[in-house]
Amino acid sequence: MTDSSVSGNPFSSVLINDSGMKSSHPRSRWNWLLPIPIVLPLATFLFNADGPRLAGFPLFYWLQLAFVGLVVVVTTLVYQLTKQER
Amino acid sequence: MTPVWRDHLTQIIVFAVLFLGVSALGFFAARWRRTGSLDHLDEWGLGGRRFGTWITWFLLGGDIYTAYTFVAVPALLFAAGATGFYAVPYTVIMYPLVMIALVRLWSVSYKHGLVTPADFVRKRFQSRTLALLVAITGIVATMPYIALQLVGIEAALKTMGLVGASGFTRHLPILIAFAILAAYTYSSGLRAPALISFVKDALIYLVIIVAVIYLPIKLGGWGHIFNAAAAKFEATPAPGDGILLNANNQLNYVTLALGSALALFLYPHTATGVLASRDRGVIKRNMAALPAYSLALGLIALLGYGAIAAHVTPVLKDNNTVVPALFDGLFPQWFAGVAFAAIGIGALVPAAIMSIAAANLFTRNIYVEYFDKGASPAREAKVSKIVSLVVKFGALLFVVAVSPQFSIDLQLIGGVIILQTLPSVGVGLYTRWFHRTALISGWVAGMAAGLWMLYQIPNPATNHLHFGGSAIALTKLGLDSPKTLYVGFLAVAVNLIVATLVTLALRAAKVRDGGDGTSPEDYQTDRSDTTPDKKDPALV
Repeated sequence: MTDSSVSGNPFSSVLINDSGMKSSHPRSRWNWLLPIPIVLPLATFLFNADGPRLAGFPLFYWLQLAFVGLVVVVTTLVYQLTKQER
Repeated sequence: MTPVWRDHLTQIIVFAVLFLGVSALGFFAARWRRTGSLDHLDEWGLGGRRFGTWITWFLLGGDIYTAYTFVAVPALLFAAGATGFYAVPYTVIMYPLVMIALVRLWSVSYKHGLVTPADFVRKRFQSRTLALLVAITGIVATMPYIALQLVGIEAALKTMGLVGASGFTRHLPILIAFAILAAYTYSSGLRAPALISFVKDALIYLVIIVAVIYLPIKLGGWGHIFNAAAAKFEATPAPGDGILLNANNQLNYVTLALGSALALFLYPHTATGVLASRDRGVIKRNMAALPAYSLALGLIALLGYGAIAAHVTPVLKDNNTVVPALFDGLFPQWFAGVAFAAIGIGALVPAAIMSIAAANLFTRNIYVEYFDKGASPAREAKVSKIVSLVVKFGALLFVVAVSPQFSIDLQLIGGVIILQTLPSVGVGLYTRWFHRTALISGWVAGMAAGLWMLYQIPNPATNHLHFGGSAIALTKLGLDSPKTLYVGFLAVAVNLIVATLVTLALRAAKVRDGGDGTSPEDYQTDRSDTTPDKKDPALV
């Protein structure tokens, strides 16, 4: 059931995936990582301060730029971990 | 002090050479990776739906991070400080927020041969009226966005002294630039901006890397740049500025970032870029790779502070010229020319995609739906090509005949109104729960609420009493609080509440709803799974 290419008719395998592998499938749980890079960049109280500075950048700026790195890590992770499913 | 073109000759030559080279590329694009005749909307308007990971990365990068963003965001930081930095969280949260939704949109569109978001709504809710509303909303929101790309080019032209004399000659350079753009979009379709975006990005990244290293050396370090900005805002009487947010604008910062991310996902040109991808994997990989542009955007935004530290004065009192003026003042002439070309070419890519998206909406959801039911694919492509010219000409009129400020105000409204398609297009990708009539009611309510709130907002800087911004003070809404909030966010909340209540009422009254032209597995379909409804040469 995990390998959709086993089935001769590719279209029927989609149906199997849909009913059998939906959100109950363990891999889909990784999607729950996605809210992290949504919530953190919107929590202004975390970073609305001048210090500590990093290379001259106030916290407000370097931390928000660092969130770009965070979103790359999370979306890459989710993509890799959920690759096999539909 | 008005710049004179004779002092900027090197810049103008570099700019012209790069600009013309890219234009040649635009015409050549008609032949590039061609799979079928361009007399089909899938070929002309979606590049054959077979762009791979790299092309999609460049194309969507050019689509989302427009020249106007690169010019206006630093201008915002220059003028107001921290509030302008919302562009960074906005383009960060966008990816995790809409990644899965866009993948679903790709699947259902691939399965049913859909080209526009309104096509999807037509299929999903079986309502011509709702689809028409979504199409009109998309076109109206996109037009001023195209006009703003012209504002971006104009900022560079102004700094080079190419805009200044009055009358017809004042607009000649921009007319030429747009005529070239219109010609190759007409002949090459979506392949033109796709190919050009490679050059655009190479130039943008080159300029940013050099600027980020060179500027702090020249201006005494990033710490000094931030301190200079802080000192400037300290000295101004305006209460809302500063290099940090204050108690009153934090909520606006958050809602604006969230609202803008959702709006961007709903703009028709985003759908055009996404639907041109080859398969689901291409979109998923890009959602992880596209944030690289957000880093670039954040660094460009900070050039606004660089301009403060370098004591740059905007050209012709136009704040949008701060970045070009900074390059003009601090860098060698030829390099400033490269930076200006990056802005100019950066405007061509989104302007082309947006005009294609608006043209597709008109063709599919207005022309074919209401005037020519049995139009052949060749006829569809022809109409779209011509409409793309009309759309660009209209945008040009906005800037040349009306005023750039007018298109900036309209763009603000555009973000608010495109958000009103969230329940039908965005939520519709997940559930068919809403009644189609309720979605129309919600759209009307959200639109009315949004426009009413925008009307209440004055802009003291330009002496406008109405439509002066997108942040509404809660006092205007009868609440006793000086905090501000993004209008689009409130308007879409009204929309969703009305749509929900009306759906419940209509269900209770057993009013007939339209059917659903899609099935759950359509949203999971990939290229490898199944043959789409129509013949696809790319599958062989």
